[in-house]
Amino acid sequence: MIFQDPMTSLNPSLRVRTQLSEVLVRHQGFAKDKAERAAVEMLERVGIPEPAKRANAFPHELSGGMRQRVMIAMALLCRPKILIADEPTTALDVTVQAQMLELFKSLTNDFGTALVLITHDLGVVAGVADRMMVMYGGRAIEKGVTDELFYDPRHPYTLGLLHSTPHVETRAKRLDPIQGLPPSLEHLPPGCSFNPRCAFRFERCVKERPPLIGIEGSEGRAKACWYDGALSYGKVA
Amino acid sequence: MSDLLRIDGLSKSFSVSAGLFARPLRLRALEDISFTVKQGETLGIVGESGCGKSTLGRCILQLLSPDQGQVLWLGQDITRLPAEEMRRRRRDLQIIFQDPLASLNPRLTVGEIISDPLRTLMPELKAADRRAKVLRIMEAVGLLPEMINRHPHEFSGGQAQRIGIARALITEPKLIVCDEPVSALDVSIQAQILNLLADLKDEFGLTLIFISHNLSVVRHVSDRILVLYLGRIVELADGDDLYQDPKHPYTRALLTAVPIPDPKRARQRNIDALQVEIPSPINPPSGCTFRTRCRHAIEVCAQQRPPLETLKSGRLVACHRWRELELRAADSA
Repeated sequence: MIFQDPMTSLNPSLRVRTQLSEVLVRHQGFAKDKAERAAVEMLERVGIPEPAKRANAFPHELSGGMRQRVMIAMALLCRPKILIADEPTTALDVTVQAQMLELFKSLTNDFGTALVLITHDLGVVAGVADRMMVMYGGRAIEKGVTDELFYDPRHPYTLGLLHSTPHVETRAKRLDPIQGLPPSLEHLPPGCSFNPRCAFRFERCVKERPPLIGIEGSEGRAKACWYDGALSYGKVA
Repeated sequence: MSDLLRIDGLSKSFSVSAGLFARPLRLRALEDISFTVKQGETLGIVGESGCGKSTLGRCILQLLSPDQGQVLWLGQDITRLPAEEMRRRRRDLQIIFQDPLASLNPRLTVGEIISDPLRTLMPELKAADRRAKVLRIMEAVGLLPEMINRHPHEFSGGQAQRIGIARALITEPKLIVCDEPVSALDVSIQAQILNLLADLKDEFGLTLIFISHNLSVVRHVSDRILVLYLGRIVELADGDDLYQDPKHPYTRALLTAVPIPDPKRARQRNIDALQVEIPSPINPPSGCTFRTRCRHAIEVCAQQRPPLETLKSGRLVACHRWRELELRAADSA
């Protein structure tokens, strides 16, 4: 089950109650009144105050955070095994984002749902994900346990991303950005797609595309990079 | 450092249509805002959406005229200046917008876009001089000279933002208001632009007002930070002081809500999550506007608007209870 990010994915002309119960009637063959009761219950689970009242609202009457909760409730109605959240908090203010991320954590525990969280925000990943996968130019370039990737990145791009992210707790004099621009997917460079921006590039990177290969000694860890030496042009904070 | 800009009692409200025949409602976007901007500093302005950040930026530049209060530029009130004089003053005050591509005219070439302010502000300049100036600025912001005849759609977001920055710099301004300049950019590009702004600030001796909802970014660039909530100042302090020792409960909540790109630290953190959402600015709560979301709110918070206190260090705080809360925190520590 997928649900896209912001406010545009709800039907503006249907009440929340109708949109939610529709899912159960369609997919689970619930009777209408039973479906509506289940819908209101789910609204309560995702932390909407006065769910019975809010169920009668139209999407435009709700705030961004509330709409996002409605979306989450809708996605959870059929008790999915896996939930794909595509930039679920990007359009929200930080305080509301913090509420959402807490909600995600408690819901994955309560429902035993696996969560696939797609985001550009490393801060969000650090707080929520158990494992992570970094993509570049349409390919996975590194994956593994979140902590390992943050504290011991093995792909130059992962390292570059970590260096580019400003930290709220410390004030570095300068950021250490990745040079250049992300490539267009129509004109990917030959060899490793990251090679034009990479500080560790050597001959092989331009000729052959590196496959995603497991790294020995750490479970589920893999990277797609020919370079095997130490990655350092500074310490990752 | 002397005061370059002083904002004094600034208020701005908009009328919002409440329906075809209903009386329009007043939305108070800014209420009694006063602060100063020192020569050469970067002042960050943060707050949630709808708190008045951008309105404030626009009122400073006179792109919106405030209902009340003064904007003193080097001691002179610019809110009541005749249009012609204000136009000349614009040389000193420039702005960079959030959406880089949308803020560039798609039919003009890069050279035309960047030199556009010169045509109106310095019409006496000859074409050759103008071109030389444009090329100099393009180099400073990291654009290649051969790009001068291209059109905006040929550029990526990060490069388009460099064009926007070049256009702001061409008049040799003293102050630039940066309204969410990196919010639309990828992290790696965002870092490039932030470094560029820092370099340009040193090179040209600029003063920046940096508006953003991203607290990590603001922290990175700002000397002092102003926190807005529903059109009012809740706190103003040096960056380090604000982040290490926030006095206002809202500032504290805002800071703990920022995701930290460090898994261990993220797990250790107590998120002081605000339960409810931001109230509507059309009908804000009485007294302290933050009280509906504040864990520490008591009766007085509903009755009286907290005054904006000036502390010894020059910090500003608007909370009835901050002293008391600080003592309590010290006791429990």
